[in-house]
Amino acid sequence: MEASAWYMMYMPISGIEIFWPGLVLIGFAVGVIGGFFGMGGAWLVTPGLNILGFPMAFAIGTDIAHIAGKSMIATIRHAKFGNVDVPLGLAMLIFTMLGIEIGARIVIYLEAIGLVGPVVRWVYVGFLACIFLMVLTDILKKRRREREKIGEEDKLKGGIDWASTLHKIRIPPMMHFEMAGIYCSLWLPGLVGFVTGILAGFLGIGGGMLRMPALIYLVGCPTHVAVGTDLFEVMVSGLYGAFTYTLKGRIELIAVVVMLCGAAVGAQIGTVATKYSRGMGIRFWFMVCIVVCMISIIFKQYGLTLIAGILILAVVALVCAIIMGIMFKGAAVELREKKAAGK
Amino acid sequence: MKAFLYRLLTSITMVYLLIPAPVSAGGKKAKPLVHVADTRVLSGTYLYFANMYNENLLLFGIWTVVVLTALGSGIGFLMDIIMSKIGLDLRSRELRE
Repeated sequence: MEASAWYMMYMPISGIEIFWPGLVLIGFAVGVIGGFFGMGGAWLVTPGLNILGFPMAFAIGTDIAHIAGKSMIATIRHAKFGNVDVPLGLAMLIFTMLGIEIGARIVIYLEAIGLVGPVVRWVYVGFLACIFLMVLTDILKKRRREREKIGEEDKLKGGIDWASTLHKIRIPPMMHFEMAGIYCSLWLPGLVGFVTGILAGFLGIGGGMLRMPALIYLVGCPTHVAVGTDLFEVMVSGLYGAFTYTLKGRIELIAVVVMLCGAAVGAQIGTVATKYSRGMGIRFWFMVCIVVCMISIIFKQYGLTLIAGILILAVVALVCAIIMGIMFKGAAVELREKKAAGK
Repeated sequence: MKAFLYRLLTSITMVYLLIPAPVSAGGKKAKPLVHVADTRVLSGTYLYFANMYNENLLLFGIWTVVVLTALGSGIGFLMDIIMSKIGLDLRSRELRE
């Protein structure tokens, strides 16, 4: 087996040659973004792999497998920070799996009646629009409160607070989730996991993009804990997804290994950057990604797949650069302060 | 943790009993497409994995999960050691919204 050039790598299963530095870059980018926002990032990996030359079915399978590995690296780092609430993650996970199964069956039904493509895309756009409006309202409310300086500002309080109302629903068993600092009915995270699971299964995505805001606004997690706990969920469901996709024969393991090398560095940068960013900062950039994802889906709906892919990759590069800036700036300040304190 | 697992198990049983059967009813099965790796041009590790892919997908699936878990956790811990050498405090952070 002879590769044509040093920068090309032969993929033994799909039988194609791939520009491997591109794989490392995609892995790095999704590591940075996933570690910072607590999501898998399937929406940005799949078009990237597709542009590099992977057939769509292989792009999706390889993407899921890579996400599982990358989430593991980021979860280990977030766990060290105390951002992962394992009992909360486990409680949601079981209901999420159940929801995904039901969502997938709805898709099969829609496929049978020939409506799957447009229905799924427009529902996805609708949900992303709702999340965008919710995060935007939240940020604006928080900013207004800060400007008006009403009383002593609670540094853990965001703009929108629906979770406190939902916590008043006291259906047993009641649970105390220590890391997240919340006391609520087990049914609350369960129901949130179930509904986001149905949507994830229906939309054919990992669900991090829906679960992360749901953990913040409905369950009441601080942003940093929502990011870490969501990554924990993505890790477990990603491993399950990787296994089922492998059984369908649509995973390129060599590509996954190469991408993980980039993700190893990227995930550290993204995760450590959360330390130097306020929750609202994370929510703001998350909102930007939501808007881009929404626009790219609308482009795809009208057959502009290449433009959608290019748009996603351009914004990914921009958001990556910003997150790296946050991390390096924060780290430099911390090291300077440590040095000054040591003198 | 024991109490949590007990509560979780009770809740799952309740969900199972509450969800009606029609909700979890199945639909039509999609037609599977068969893909075969071309082993004529391969050697070494590539050949080993390609053969496994062609002959036993279940084993290949198990291998994929094992490789992912080992690689993910291995790289994670390795990066943890490297990052701790930089001198940053990677064990605590302030929660701020």
